[in-house]
Amino acid sequence: MKILKYPFIIGFLTFTLFPVFWMFKISITPDRLLYSEGIVAWPSNITWDHYYAVLVEGSFPDYFLNSFIVSITTAALVTIFAVLGGYALSRFHFQGKVTLLIILLLTQMFPIVMVIAPIYNVLTYINLVDSISGLILVYTAFNLPFACFLMQSFYDGTPMELEEAAMIDGCTRLQALEKVTLPLCLPGIGATLGFVFTAAWSELLFALMFISRQSQMTFPAGIMNFVTKFSVDWGQMAAAMILALIPVCLFFAYIQKFIVQGLTAGALKG
Amino acid sequence: MIKSFEPWLYLAPMLLFILLLVLVPLVTGISYAFYNFDLISGTRDFVGFDQFLRILSEDEIFLTSLVNTLFWTSASLFFQFTLGLALALLLHNGFRGIKFIQPVLFVPWAVPSFLIGLMWVWMFNPVTGPLPYLFEWLGFMDIPENILSDPDHAMWGPITANVWFGIPFFTIMLLAALRSIPKEIFEAASMDGISGLKAFRHITVPLIAPTIIITLMMRAIWIANFAEIIIVMTNGGPANSTQIVATYIYDTAYQKMDFGYASVLSIALLFMLMIYGFTLGHIRRKMKVYI
Repeated sequence: MKILKYPFIIGFLTFTLFPVFWMFKISITPDRLLYSEGIVAWPSNITWDHYYAVLVEGSFPDYFLNSFIVSITTAALVTIFAVLGGYALSRFHFQGKVTLLIILLLTQMFPIVMVIAPIYNVLTYINLVDSISGLILVYTAFNLPFACFLMQSFYDGTPMELEEAAMIDGCTRLQALEKVTLPLCLPGIGATLGFVFTAAWSELLFALMFISRQSQMTFPAGIMNFVTKFSVDWGQMAAAMILALIPVCLFFAYIQKFIVQGLTAGALKG
Repeated sequence: MIKSFEPWLYLAPMLLFILLLVLVPLVTGISYAFYNFDLISGTRDFVGFDQFLRILSEDEIFLTSLVNTLFWTSASLFFQFTLGLALALLLHNGFRGIKFIQPVLFVPWAVPSFLIGLMWVWMFNPVTGPLPYLFEWLGFMDIPENILSDPDHAMWGPITANVWFGIPFFTIMLLAALRSIPKEIFEAASMDGISGLKAFRHITVPLIAPTIIITLMMRAIWIANFAEIIIVMTNGGPANSTQIVATYIYDTAYQKMDFGYASVLSIALLFMLMIYGFTLGHIRRKMKVYI
């Protein structure tokens, strides 16, 4: 097993990074060499023009900022609501629970393309169409069912006895949740945060349909500006994509300490 | 009295969002199935179940897309899950440099799906990508060709892209589940002489089972509904060989502008996913007894 470890890791890294490397290569290839040197691993001439165009000439810094605000806010809202909702689903048996679970599951089964127009109507009704606030609400609603199931599965994996003991010692239910169970579920909270952040970061369809003002655009919708009726600016598109990966790497580097640490900071050791 | 009221208090904020922005639109979307949309006059007529008969009697593309959905979903899910679990176990056991490698391994999950599609279109094209030459070298192909234009194998293109995208999801979720198992359990077990594969089978697997079931359930549903990568890479072609129900729905709604029939197709997909969901839910309840 030990010997196989490193070949596996190298295999995973290659599979994960090679396509990204290829996009990076496209992003630094001058337009005139794009096809003539399409299959060489490194172009004979490199250029940073595409990065310059994306970062300085275009509106991408704004798009990235919007994306970041949307993703962070959505991740925080969803995680808070799912921490509460998942707790109810895991620790209580109540009337209507099975129906509720089925409905939550059903929401995931219907194609998004069929609900775009109705959601647009709701957003118009609450006057939040064409703004990132509306987008945040929609992302929050759509990510909640899974996040809630996920938190439920993590609560299911933590022993209820610890919590009950804390309640016998005089904690209220929410105190017991906060002091005993949540530290044990820290990896689950980290995973939920990471999941929702990236889902919001990369979502295109809603962003494209609900936002038309440049000032409210997120980066996936902004990237579509490179696709015009007549041509696609591949170099700039690749550059924007590579740049968009950097904040995500940083975010994962940050939340991995929750996922990895987990128990060492938990109540069992304390 | 208070007991039965309490869980709804915790669920309330979440349910408010879901009701307003998911459930109401969902019901509206389903109601489309009973209307025939007329593009020219911009009106819609109530037609009852008429459009449901069409799916049963005269739609061959639906049958093809159904078979393709099964293949697309099961192949994608199988590779995403097995590779994701393998990677989670590797990361759980730790290795040198893990701190820097780990965030990088999660990156595919954060790439917008249409960019994933475009990226792999480049990779598979013999003019712009290395993969056809790799396949030739490995002996899969006689000459370097684009797999996406071969009706017999085209589906493997989007599946590869989807596996690349989906591995990190399982890795993050399963790694988090592995991390929340108290170490004391393994210490106690090893004192009783249980370790290695036996401990994995009897301690690790049952404890991460809730997460495995829920991730398998959701991923399968999402993959079956996941049309973007296929639309970008092959648009259902060649000759409908990569047409899944989700791409067919998209095509019916936004190319043919037939929202009524697209909704009928969506309901059909919904029913099949429900059967899958109930089966897994049943397994989940069964397993809880043993945990």
